[in-house]
Amino acid sequence: MADLKIRIGELEFKNPVTTASGTFGFGEEYTDFMDLNRIGGIFTKGTTIRHREGNAYPRMAETPSGMLNAVGLQNKGVDYFISSIYPRIKDYDTNIMVNVSGSTIEDYVATAEKVNELDKIPAIELNISCPNVKQGGMTFGVSCAGAAEVVRAVRKAYSKTLIVKLSPNVTDIVSIAQAVEDEGADSVSLINTLLGMAIDAETRKPYLSTITGGLSGPCVKPVALRMVWQVAKTVKIPVIGLGGIMNAADAIEFFLAGATAIQIGTANFIDPAISVKVVEGINEYLDRHGYSSIYDIIGALEA
Amino acid sequence: MVVSANIPLGSSHFLLKFTHKEKLPEMLPGQFVQVRVDNAPGVFLRRPISVNFVDKQRNELWLLVQKVGEGTRKMSEYKTGDVVNMLLPLGNSFTMPQSTQSRLLLVGGGVGIAPLLYMGSLLKQQGCNPMFLLGARSADGLMQIDDFKQFGDVFITTEDGSAGEKGFVTQHSILQQHIDKIYTCGPTPMMQAVARFAQNNAIECEASLENKMACGFGACLCCVTQTQSGHKCVCSEGPVFNTKELSWQI
Ligand SMILES: Cc1cc2nc3c(=O)[nH]c(=O)nc-3n(C[C@H](O)[C@H](O)[C@H](O)COP(=O)(O)OP(=O)(O)OC[C@H]3O[C@@H](n4cnc5c(N)ncnc54)[C@H](O)[C@@H]3O)c2cc1C
Ligand SMILES: Cc1cc2nc3c(=O)[nH]c(=O)nc-3n(C[C@H](O)[C@H](O)[C@H](O)COP(=O)(O)O)c2cc1C
Ligand code: FES
Repeated sequence: MADLKIRIGELEFKNPVTTASGTFGFGEEYTDFMDLNRIGGIFTKGTTIRHREGNAYPRMAETPSGMLNAVGLQNKGVDYFISSIYPRIKDYDTNIMVNVSGSTIEDYVATAEKVNELDKIPAIELNISCPNVKQGGMTFGVSCAGAAEVVRAVRKAYSKTLIVKLSPNVTDIVSIAQAVEDEGADSVSLINTLLGMAIDAETRKPYLSTITGGLSGPCVKPVALRMVWQVAKTVKIPVIGLGGIMNAADAIEFFLAGATAIQIGTANFIDPAISVKVVEGINEYLDRHGYSSIYDIIGALEA
Repeated sequence: MVVSANIPLGSSHFLLKFTHKEKLPEMLPGQFVQVRVDNAPGVFLRRPISVNFVDKQRNELWLLVQKVGEGTRKMSEYKTGDVVNMLLPLGNSFTMPQSTQSRLLLVGGGVGIAPLLYMGSLLKQQGCNPMFLLGARSADGLMQIDDFKQFGDVFITTEDGSAGEKGFVTQHSILQQHIDKIYTCGPTPMMQAVARFAQNNAIECEASLENKMACGFGACLCCVTQTQSGHKCVCSEGPVFNTKELSWQI
């Protein structure tokens, strides 16, 4: 049994396998299928300062080896999270991290301040990259200045581990990662969904109510791996890798590319117990190759 | 789950029966399963299919499926003994009537008749006398009529008049009689027409929706329908809704 413990900033994880925001609800949706205490952490559904209804149906289209979604950050707001969801999930023995979204800097800061008060939430993941919100995340996440501005403001208001989730829909993700690191982020997670679209030729209509949406699943993995590798060799803070991870072998590829931890997203829909299986698979890989710690393979790509 | 039978029904439908080595969990009428379709390169997500019937004595689950695309075509090739991975049971259920004396009409269109067979069997078991109104394009699309007849009177419409009364379910003469409650499943325009009829005649009506799904258990929020109290997940807060609750423009 290899040592799977990792650290992101001050925060220790029992293993490097976590679940991606928006694909895992608040964890409770999965308790019929798996033991939440066995994974390293859970990133909650995107949470905003106020209730959001999200986009109109249809919000999903299956695509070759993946899917498009346009959920549009449907959530009941941070106060509802604190009063109704947090008490039910806070005592799981895993790191529960709130994914914070917003359409203005004030909203991000106000949400982060409220979450900062919650004892059992050791970290937030700042979503500066959701492509679905019309005047929202996208505008911050696609420029260095915008990303730096929101991280600077939230860093002042939030004292615990601050993870910033990056958008792949940019020309140079490395410079954005550097800008975010310079403002005091403890970690970056990447990638969020790739902007895409799907058309029904028979009806000449788009499949999504919003026309465009976020692409996820195995089809995005090569792009995600490339970005994780580029960012990890440039920044000093730990990188959390995600995008199309379906099994332990995919996860290992992200560690080799330089990720310190990984998130599993869309794969949870196909096998709701996949995250626990990935923990077991990583352990098996490390044993089989004679490594004693997960750190032995982080960034160990031989190129 | 292990396939115990795959029975073609007409040109585009088939009935799959599954058994399991352990006792099947309790399943409610209106609930569905999420089938993982393996060895179909174009199929990424699971496919939601309604519980058509549960044969408790044989520990058997029935799924009635229409071939529409790669996933359902692959399912039509299942052979006895094949092992199929599915999540079950998912979703809420139809609600039982207040009295066994209630006059109940179960209205199904196309493959939407699937959940009504199981619902009808349980109603009958509880001492009700359900009536079934089943619609299809033509006689070729009518399935399981003999199964339905075990549980109540069956009325039929076909759009081309090749069986039963000609027209849509909402034009059938049975609707002239007194009805206390309607349960419906089928294409959305049909369910909306049924809901409109129910509303105009002050009849309780429950509809089972078939929105596109990714997870099927409330985690992704892809499958929502607009209701009087905002977006609700069809997979976890449905698939069955009282039609009064839905924001249908009817
Ligand atoms: C809760 C629920 C219960 C269902 N129960 C049954 C059932 O008992 N029997 C049955 O045959 N089908 C049922 N369906 C529909 C079934 O899930 C789809 O027909 C199936 O997913 C199509 O998969 P495919 O790969 O064959 O086709 P695809 O290639 O995915 O699609 C082929 C065509 O079918 C359409 N389609 C896909 N999904 C749906 C959907 N959910 N509703 C309407 N049209 C769709 C697509 O737009 C496309 O035009 C149910 C759906 C839901 C949500
Ligand atoms: C249905 C759905 C909803 C999502 N919602 C969010 C969200 O609220 N916040 C966020 O930061 N990312 C969200 N994402 C993006 C995922 O967290 C992840 O970055 C992306 O799906 C890529 O990983 P994957 O290929 O493993 O799914 C969502 C993805 C999906 C499929
Ligand atoms: S399909 Fe995922 S929430 Fe309903």
